[in-house]
Amino acid sequence: MTAYDPVISLSHVTIHYPDAAEAALRDVDLEIEEGELVLVIGRTGSGKSTLLGTLNGHVPHFTGGRLSGRVRVLGRDTATHRPRDLADVIGVVGQDPLAGFVTDTVEEELAYGMEQLALPPATMRKRVEETLDLLGIADLRAAPLRDLSGGQQQRVAIGSVLAAHPRILVLDEPTSALDPTGAEEVLAALTRLVHDLGVTVVVAEHRLERVVQYADRVVEVVDGTVRDGIPSAIFETASVAPPVLDLGRYAGWSPLPVTIRDARRAAAPLRARLGDQGTSASRGRSNQQTSLGVHISLTSASRGSSASPGVRARGVRVDYGGVRAVADVDLDLPAGRVTALMGRNGAGKSSLLWALHGTGTRTAGRVSLADGRDPAGLKPGVRRGAIGLVPQTATDLLYLDTVAAECRQADTESSRDSGTCARLLEELAPGIPGDRHPRDLSEGQKLALVLAVQLTAGPQVLLLDEPTRGLDYPAKARLADTLRGLADHGHTVVVSTHDVEFVAESADEVVVMAEGEVVAQGPTAEIVASSPAFAPQVAKILAPVPLLTVAQVRAALAERAAPRETV
Amino acid sequence: MIRHLHPAAWWLWALALAAGASMTTNPVLLAAHVGVLVAVVLARRDGSPWGRAFRLYAVLGVVIVLVRLVLHALVGLKFGDIPLLPVPEAHLPSWAAGIQLGGTVYLEGALGAGLEGARLATMILAIGAANALASPKRLLKVFPAALHEIGAALVVAVTVAPQLAGSVQRVARARQLRGEPALRLKGFRSIAMPVLQDTLDRSLALAAAMDGRGYGRRPESTNGRATGALTLLGLLGSCVGIYGLLDTTSPAALGLPTLVVGLLLCVAGLWSGGRSVPRTIYRRDPWGAPEWLTIACGAAALVAMLVTVRRDPAALGMPLAPLGLPALPVLPLAGLALAAVPAVATPVPPLVSARRAPREVAA
Repeated sequence: MTAYDPVISLSHVTIHYPDAAEAALRDVDLEIEEGELVLVIGRTGSGKSTLLGTLNGHVPHFTGGRLSGRVRVLGRDTATHRPRDLADVIGVVGQDPLAGFVTDTVEEELAYGMEQLALPPATMRKRVEETLDLLGIADLRAAPLRDLSGGQQQRVAIGSVLAAHPRILVLDEPTSALDPTGAEEVLAALTRLVHDLGVTVVVAEHRLERVVQYADRVVEVVDGTVRDGIPSAIFETASVAPPVLDLGRYAGWSPLPVTIRDARRAAAPLRARLGDQGTSASRGRSNQQTSLGVHISLTSASRGSSASPGVRARGVRVDYGGVRAVADVDLDLPAGRVTALMGRNGAGKSSLLWALHGTGTRTAGRVSLADGRDPAGLKPGVRRGAIGLVPQTATDLLYLDTVAAECRQADTESSRDSGTCARLLEELAPGIPGDRHPRDLSEGQKLALVLAVQLTAGPQVLLLDEPTRGLDYPAKARLADTLRGLADHGHTVVVSTHDVEFVAESADEVVVMAEGEVVAQGPTAEIVASSPAFAPQVAKILAPVPLLTVAQVRAALAERAAPRETV
Repeated sequence: MIRHLHPAAWWLWALALAAGASMTTNPVLLAAHVGVLVAVVLARRDGSPWGRAFRLYAVLGVVIVLVRLVLHALVGLKFGDIPLLPVPEAHLPSWAAGIQLGGTVYLEGALGAGLEGARLATMILAIGAANALASPKRLLKVFPAALHEIGAALVVAVTVAPQLAGSVQRVARARQLRGEPALRLKGFRSIAMPVLQDTLDRSLALAAAMDGRGYGRRPESTNGRATGALTLLGLLGSCVGIYGLLDTTSPAALGLPTLVVGLLLCVAGLWSGGRSVPRTIYRRDPWGAPEWLTIACGAAALVAMLVTVRRDPAALGMPLAPLGLPALPVLPLAGLALAAVPAVATPVPPLVSARRAPREVAA
């Protein structure tokens, strides 16, 4: 092998899973060179995970299916090398770090891979210490893995494969479960590996806004075919793009800026154009969206109903064992609005949602709906008609064999006319075949099904816990539209999420929680624009102009009738 | 000195106590067993999730005793003189003479049933103690490398099984979102399906992660044929040996000697197979005086019970007809007192941080 050989090369790779009509990957040619950070993008179900799986032989050795063509990792053919035979050169980190942990404590987990590779104990001791320092987890060495926060777990997972000194690191959505700060920790560690140690990193991610600025090269997977290039070239036409690139594409900047810094430079003329508008908007902050001509109908509708909140909580407290998850929260959630609940992992968002819903633990406090009833006092069947909740693992709600059966069951249990749920589902996500097994749906379709099931009962209040996990941009936009529509019809909608871009697109109000308390509450623009962690990309690029999304920019420019070519 | 005791030492100690408990229904001895187990666990468990799970085994023990009592009241054979609970009896045809459906519950019968339940509960508690004192994962580290496929299955089972409880809880709560009361027999399917799917997914993910990190990898050249021959001969020898031991008419040479040779061949096969899977151990648990002491203490308790079984079996039972006070056999109690010694004589395990890991400062 010469120095110029790529570390990974795929030639004419086609993957056929058994019982699948079409190939998951078709005739893929790809070469990845030493020391690159390669970002794999694509819509859900496009074959991203399959592509990553082929790199260490997980596909087809573990998953089944037929591989034709050739995958070589540092000269080793995955047809003859199983994943365990490649463990010394390629390390894989999955989406859910906890699911891949084999041992009980951080230190043992770091050593596990090296034990299997039969490294001498003295080497292992040295490398464990180095890895602990490299990822900034030295003070956690003896901690049980289950007690760590999400960001810490993900860093341990990365460390555990890194300690074996692989030359290639493959990560499948490493930040999807993390809050913005946890994601920063993980990404900072990754870039350090690439720049300081020359590790080749291949990473797939839906939240492109978090990683795109670090990528050397982008591989786009579309329906099983692959094309690759430098980020600014690929994103000219890519089917998914983060807001920074969306804005660049809309404004026609060339070359397309990928980082916030470059985009800010390119955006100077745009800021100047929007400038006077921005100052007028910031004077009247509370009705700023109206002044921009966005969501006029919504704002006027919500003004009328803001006198009667959809949910009123007083002194809500949740204790688990010795831990206070929610500490005496007072909250008025207005009807006809989408409220986003933000905060770190473990800040008490889920506990609060479940307590508001009445199914979860509530140690103290009072919750009343618009009609004065307390949901905790209702029977589950009645409660379902008053307040709905979509849990974090939405598929927990599904247990039947087909989509149609789930819909029929939802109609029966909410005593609605038969066909109500199916009609709702058709509205939310058109074209799902009724005989499909719910587990075979894409993430977006699963969420739509669960949403339809919960909406069948016609609740006035809808709570969603982390619904954007695993959704690509089009699916998220669709969800935002759905929530918007519900709010327009007078529903109270509450979404807990880490996704700042989604909040900017969908939420009217933001509630920020920390350590079980509400630390901030107010209109979205006011809360997120001022926060370094929660500000969406467009806000960062256009500050001080208080616009949060590309749609808002578009509307603001349309109001001034500015031709987009001249931006 | 602060270190973990070798997991095998704790398991052998706990198994000795479990074996001892299986020989008695004497409430004094059972209580002494429970006391020793609880005392040692409280003194020597670390703060890991395994250590915290000891409570669950205690709860399971209580449930076992209660179930045994209810079964006795429903279908057990009632006997004794002191009526406790009048229950009408259903008359069964003569062919079902071994079962008594209903019937007045007497103190003696209930006591006997309860103590049998308590015996099983004590054995379960001993296993729980082993779990709490030495995480089963640390024990699996010393599992023979040759059997790595079985090892993988065991690791997956030991990791995923404790998560089942969490899954069930989560899904049961989700059921209420669809308007069903939390606990209902009819809802079994609706809870079982998501939980099973969840468990299967987790198991596969873990197995894939182990595979991807090199578990069970072996270099090109393997002496598979020799390993196979040794193992096959060993198993054959063991079978013949056991047959010889059990069948009193066969010649003596066919018994114990053949079994020993067979077992030795099996061990050789495992060793030869394990040699082809290169593996090292980060921080090998040392085996020193405290380990020997712990095993000796467990063995002492077991031997004391065994001797009492031979010499004075009545002392290990509970006098029910006529009802009397249980005996106070000195020898087993002395043995159990020895078994409690590891609570103070073993090294203290390193303190694992409590529920919350320390929040790290920005790097």
